[in-house]
Amino acid sequence: MIKFFLMVNKQGQTRLSKYYEHVEINKRTLLETEVIKSCLSRSSEQCSFIEYKDFKLIYRQYAALFIVVGVNDTENEMAIYEFIHNFVEVLDDYFSRVSELDVSFFSAVSQVFHTSWQRQASPDQVLVLALEDDPTSV
Amino acid sequence: MPAVSKGDGMRGLAVFISDIRNCKSKEAEIKRINKELANIRSKFKGDKALDGYSKKKYVCKLLFIFLLGHDIDFGHMEAVNLLSSNKYTEKQIGYLFISVLVNSNSELIRLINNAIKNDLASRNPTFMCLALHCIANVGSREMGEAFAADIPRILVAGDSMDSVKQSAALCLLRLYKASPDLVPMGEWTARVVHLLNDQHMGVVTAAVSLITCLCKKNPDDFKTCVSLAVSRLSRIVSSASTDLQDYTYYFVPAPWLSVKLLRLLQCYPPPEDAAVKGRLVECLETVLNKAQEPPKSKKVQHSNAKNAILFETISLIIHYDSEPNLLVRACNQLGQFLQHRETNLRYLALESMCTLASSEFSHEAVKTHIDTVINALKTERDVSVRQRAADLLYAMCDRSNAKQIVSEMLRYLETADYAIREEIVLKVAILAEKYAVDYSWYVDTILNLIRIAGDYVSEEVVPVLQALQAPACHENMVKVGGYILGEFGNLIAGDPRSSPPVQFSLLHSKFHLCSVATRALLLSTYIKFINLFPETKATIQGVLRAGSQLRNADVELQQRAVEYLTLSSVASTDVLATVLEEMPPFPERESSILAKLKRKKGPGAGSALDDSRRDPSSHDINGGVEPTPSTVSTPSPSADLLGLRAAPPPAAPPAPSGAGNLLVDVFSDSPATQPGLGPSPEEAFLSELEPPAPESPMALLADPAPAADPGPEDIGPPIPEADELLNKFVCRNNGVLFENQLLQIGVKSEFRQNLGRMYLFYGNKTSVQFQNFSPTVVHPGDLQTQLAVQTKRVASQVDGGAQVQQVLNIECLRDFLTPPLLSVRFRYGGAPQSLTLKLPVTINKFFQPTEMAAQDFFQRWKQLSLPQQEAQKIFKANHPMDAEVTKAKLLGFGSALLDNVDPNPENFVGAGIIQTKALQVGCLLRLEPNAQAQMYRLTLRTSKEPVSRHLCELLAQQF
Repeated sequence: MIKFFLMVNKQGQTRLSKYYEHVEINKRTLLETEVIKSCLSRSSEQCSFIEYKDFKLIYRQYAALFIVVGVNDTENEMAIYEFIHNFVEVLDDYFSRVSELDVSFFSAVSQVFHTSWQRQASPDQVLVLALEDDPTSV
Repeated sequence: MPAVSKGDGMRGLAVFISDIRNCKSKEAEIKRINKELANIRSKFKGDKALDGYSKKKYVCKLLFIFLLGHDIDFGHMEAVNLLSSNKYTEKQIGYLFISVLVNSNSELIRLINNAIKNDLASRNPTFMCLALHCIANVGSREMGEAFAADIPRILVAGDSMDSVKQSAALCLLRLYKASPDLVPMGEWTARVVHLLNDQHMGVVTAAVSLITCLCKKNPDDFKTCVSLAVSRLSRIVSSASTDLQDYTYYFVPAPWLSVKLLRLLQCYPPPEDAAVKGRLVECLETVLNKAQEPPKSKKVQHSNAKNAILFETISLIIHYDSEPNLLVRACNQLGQFLQHRETNLRYLALESMCTLASSEFSHEAVKTHIDTVINALKTERDVSVRQRAADLLYAMCDRSNAKQIVSEMLRYLETADYAIREEIVLKVAILAEKYAVDYSWYVDTILNLIRIAGDYVSEEVVPVLQALQAPACHENMVKVGGYILGEFGNLIAGDPRSSPPVQFSLLHSKFHLCSVATRALLLSTYIKFINLFPETKATIQGVLRAGSQLRNADVELQQRAVEYLTLSSVASTDVLATVLEEMPPFPERESSILAKLKRKKGPGAGSALDDSRRDPSSHDINGGVEPTPSTVSTPSPSADLLGLRAAPPPAAPPAPSGAGNLLVDVFSDSPATQPGLGPSPEEAFLSELEPPAPESPMALLADPAPAADPGPEDIGPPIPEADELLNKFVCRNNGVLFENQLLQIGVKSEFRQNLGRMYLFYGNKTSVQFQNFSPTVVHPGDLQTQLAVQTKRVASQVDGGAQVQQVLNIECLRDFLTPPLLSVRFRYGGAPQSLTLKLPVTINKFFQPTEMAAQDFFQRWKQLSLPQQEAQKIFKANHPMDAEVTKAKLLGFGSALLDNVDPNPENFVGAGIIQTKALQVGCLLRLEPNAQAQMYRLTLRTSKEPVSRHLCELLAQQF
């Protein structure tokens, strides 16, 4: 099960965070700082899974942006790992060459999450929905 | 693909956003925002009714401002109005706003719920979806109470559109997770199961998630899902790689749905129906076969997706644990991955194999990979992979390979990462205990364990020892040696190399270096020696009689020495022999090491997420945020997302009794309680009655002897501002430490090497004399041993308007983390005043700058590469980021600034040595400003762990 979804840049700024389990606001800050710290300290030779407290972090890096998903230990790591890429592809399609700044503010992202929270929707389906929702595409 | 920036033509919004992005400073940004807020407010308040478009635009702007971290206290009503618009975009923005800024205003909630109800009933699929998303995103209990009963109906209604069913399933799942009691079970559950047959893959995916969650509580209600899931899985697995069109990901049909179906099946035992089971086994075989087929695409996405399904298939096979053939095939497949060039696959293969090892059917198959796994333990570059390898070795260990595995683990332990040493030690100890076939192997193993990682060998490992041959240096070794020689020393006494005097002198040579507990144990050994070897009696009695034992400050040691000495001189040999009989064998029990390992792995690992799950106060996950800046974790380019500035100040200490209360009064802002300025009539009256007179016996009686240094327990806690005041002095040596209406304290100090001198100036700001004036320096905790501060006494009267000076000589003995406290007490107008401050002596004062060339710097930097030697902080700038100011602060901090070291000229690099009497601590630091983000990253590396952390904390406060 996914516990949270984070997009954090190398400077440690959270670009987007979504929690699927309640975490107090002040603890989130701490969590996010620690999470990005543990991701930054890893080299490309290391695997993309980090055991962190009693859950796992699965991360991928795109340029200066880290996407980190926190999951419990029954989750399928590879499926999540590839889901991250899938998500980025969706963003890339939608924004036509997505950059960090695009993520910063646009309601469509939020909309993607409206429809895709917890990975249920097929990615393509997410895109379709997002496009349906976007009046410019109609 | 549409270009997003065009939006639907909200030009005003685009202009506003680009204005904000172009702002050069925070001030400019705030100015621009305030202007906009005023504008929006006037539009909303204006007489002219706004059209939907304008309302949407302004609500969008408010949302943007909120996401930047500013308070929004209006506009909710306009957003709620948008909900009832018939235009999609207007409704969407309305929902977005209320999802992010839920307001607890009950009137609004009623309106919002009404709008959601209307949309749910609207039969317009996009409107229904928006409403469902809003319910899910807010996800609060209130939302659940209002709508949980309606959603199942929408979910299973025959005429619901696919997208609506999908959203309804997810929304229900969300509400169920937040408050399971609110979701009524009923006849709809049977119909939900049939959604697994739905034409639309999105609906199936959503339904699987919902069922997987619901069936955990009521497995029987949903058990028909097994056969449906099997047939759905079978259809996906056997479909051609392009059959599923939109749901094909790099030639893999519906990978995530497959994984979810396999996961759902793991909630149930293997199907009983033979036909269903046959079909499922066929599916699982197909997946395993496909793994061997040549890939349909060279892209890594293809193989990742395929492998995701494969790993979940293997999980299901392991879960069933009933098909030997499949288990062995799974093991072989994982064996291939063990040598794959992708680290991720090696990691996952090791992890999966670990569970395979516990199955009786595949245990032998797993064992065949032992060499590969040992190799992984030796050569993997990633500690988490090595950890998995160690876990797997532990899991595959049995009598046949225990010796090999234990010796490999011991070898690994010599170089193992500190983080996992303790676990490895426990594992080795358990394996050695469990599979000990021959006695000497077991002893050798445990001895090696202690030799290699004595610090990590905990008490639990020690009592399982049965024998020992030669004591080594670690204290645990001495303990073990003492115990065993005391019990069994006679068995080896025949050998001249281990004659009784040799045994005794070996043990006794370690005696003085040991802790009290070990020494106590050794004393017992000695008395046992008297019994075992009468020839040692005289020597041992001499030891017991020595003043250092008989008059030992430790009660336990003293008592043992006295009792044993008496026992040895009074008792006959027979009595002695009975008293000191061989210890009975320890009773059989569960290995205490195993218990410790279990505890370590137990659920109480203290997770932030766990903690909060128990918190019943709020079930909102992303919604329910009151509009407070810096509490939002939503995207925003410049908001204070790390929230460092928002860290609450340390809570003020609880008001102490007596003088402490007065102290609080002195600092409060209420004019009535400021005795210094314009005393209230009552106070004036009192002071007339009781003029401040030092000779007054009353005053003397009321005040404890001022000459005595108050112990730490006598002084109050430091004032709340003490830390802040201290921080001002981290980078400078002179200034005003403290000031209130009565008293001003100035500081001048200089430091050289590990010595320092500090002048404190106490100024009486009133026109009345202070009596019994007594400033003292107190060393809390261990500080006494770390820092020596010599104070000169000052005159006990300070005249009105006068200043007295106090000289402090300071010597840094070793590294310290907390500053000494300065406690100032005096009587002003008859009232005792007391005040505790932190003396501005921080460890960086003993910094000696060190110049070095870039090459030396990097060499040293690399030498200090252990994780515990480094401390790092990423933090928001609290002051304007000016390079010159930063430079001055770093120099003031005490380190040398090294130019031309960091390839980035914006960064600062420094070096220095902290001089203490006992040791020197080399420090390297690096500060990386990021002007754009207004953030810093500070990295400290020193040869001592607590020093790195402490310096990092001290310095981070300064920018």
